[in-house]
Amino acid sequence: MRKGYLQIGILCLVLVLIDLVSASFGKTYYLTQLTMSLYYSLVVLGLVLLMGYAGQISLGHAGFFAIGGYTTAVLSTYNLMKYKDAAVVKMFSKAGLLNLREDLYGAEILSFHPWVGIVLSLAIAAAVAYIIGIPVLKLKGHYLAMATLGFGIIVYRIVLGTPLFGEADGVSDVPPFNILPGLSISGEMDERRINYYIASFFVVVMVYILINLINSRVGRALKAIHGAEDAAESAGVDTANYKLKVFILSAIVAALAGAFLTHFNGGIGPSEASVMKSVRYVAIVAAGGMASVWGGLTMAMLLNFLSLRGYFGSYDDAVFGAVLIVIMLFAPEGILRINPLKILRMSIKKS
Amino acid sequence: MLKIRNIEAGYGSIKVLRKVSLHVNPGEIVTIIGANGAGKTTLLRTISGLLRPWSGEIKFNGEDITRTPTERIVRLGCALVPEGRQVFSTMTVRENLMLGATVRFGKDRREDIERDIEWIYDLFPRLAERETQLAGTLSGGEQQMLAIGRALMAKPELLLLDEPSMGLAPTIVKEIFNYIVRLREELGLTVLLVEQNARSALKVSDRAYVIETGRIMLEGRSEDLMQNRDVQRAYLGRDLDREFV
Repeated sequence: MRKGYLQIGILCLVLVLIDLVSASFGKTYYLTQLTMSLYYSLVVLGLVLLMGYAGQISLGHAGFFAIGGYTTAVLSTYNLMKYKDAAVVKMFSKAGLLNLREDLYGAEILSFHPWVGIVLSLAIAAAVAYIIGIPVLKLKGHYLAMATLGFGIIVYRIVLGTPLFGEADGVSDVPPFNILPGLSISGEMDERRINYYIASFFVVVMVYILINLINSRVGRALKAIHGAEDAAESAGVDTANYKLKVFILSAIVAALAGAFLTHFNGGIGPSEASVMKSVRYVAIVAAGGMASVWGGLTMAMLLNFLSLRGYFGSYDDAVFGAVLIVIMLFAPEGILRINPLKILRMSIKKS
Repeated sequence: MLKIRNIEAGYGSIKVLRKVSLHVNPGEIVTIIGANGAGKTTLLRTISGLLRPWSGEIKFNGEDITRTPTERIVRLGCALVPEGRQVFSTMTVRENLMLGATVRFGKDRREDIERDIEWIYDLFPRLAERETQLAGTLSGGEQQMLAIGRALMAKPELLLLDEPSMGLAPTIVKEIFNYIVRLREELGLTVLLVEQNARSALKVSDRAYVIETGRIMLEGRSEDLMQNRDVQRAYLGRDLDREFV
């Protein structure tokens, strides 16, 4: 446990250093992409637990991300002004759930407060994960991959085809999310730094939770399920229950990341729900070494940052596909566990 | 203690067990012998709840467990040592033992569980030496001891053993079987054992069943079965007809 705290200390230090370095080089605009990468890292960390530890693959986590993002986006932008005299709306207003603001042109917008959006995002993601998790988690291996893939496609086509979700345009003009007075998740230029630290905070908390979970009885049970499911069951581990709980947890984390990123970006588009996004998360988890919190986090930050800065150009998705192939072939243990000395020795032996 | 009536079970559309009935009395060591594919493992998987039977009834201490989930069955006191040992290879010996106690957390105190781990170490001193080693790095015999130790951590009354001799050297097989007898003597443990190694299994058990293509063909005291001509020919590698020609 001590070791965990030390590592988390180092993580905090690195996050602060990144900020200081980018500030000293006058490149604070990097922080925008870094913040986005941090939110994506949350999804990856959830998947590290689900895939790396419990051994259950999901090709549908972009779906949960989108459920989170779209729920809060729609609730915080849908204008209730024309219904403002309706009893229900009045009731909501009295309960303090609504938020009145003006748009760019001075028109009044009455919509739900982002807090309501966030809470509902998580609740809906958890409910959906519960409902599809019960039947789907009975499947194993390829079959589970296909079933979760199917779920991802359904979410994608729904957001793409529903006018409420803005179809191909997505939802824009999502207002900032005031967590506390003076502290809000928004894409405003002068709040860039504080937003980087807000996202960092969530990642550190997530890492803390993960490390504690992994080193607990629950973590042992998950590893057992991964290693030999029948044996785990005959050792008295309630495998179905553990798998479902981890699935729901990772879905909630993905939805949280989706909701926060939507407020940060001020909008969300259907590409966030696309299957390629799910594949990307899986590729990153694999590149990090599957059952590795630190590997997953490092790869999530690095690859997402490069992608968001546009280094991969229009080959973005191709790069992640290639990452998946290359990792599976040459570094199934993850990039961080490649041992250059060993490879050198092997090649010398061969020649 | 365990009563099985007319169990039928299988995979997909293939029926493996055909109306199998058997019983195990408290304190007994009962062995089931049979060739590859006779349904021995399927039978143990069905008893332990890993496989749902198509029909029939399984009772453990009077309670119907035919459709009870595995984890509940372990809680009731019936633990399985699975075929091929299936230790959790990426975890240490100690972690494997802790996992065996999963059903006891929240019920027993932590000290009791720790004490039982020490007790397992007393029983299998070789596990104590390898406490912090990963289970995947153990030898086959040690893995078998670990698998048995893991099942014992759940404090079962009935231990189901699936081919403990599989892939082990003859001297190790003997050692493992000695442990099984000791467990009965020291703990009063009831054991249901499935084996291809008929000779060793019959030697340590009180009663035995012979299973062939999913049917129980014979039942009797182990000593009697050892003398049985058919059993000798089919499972003990002796052809009496030829010997007396």
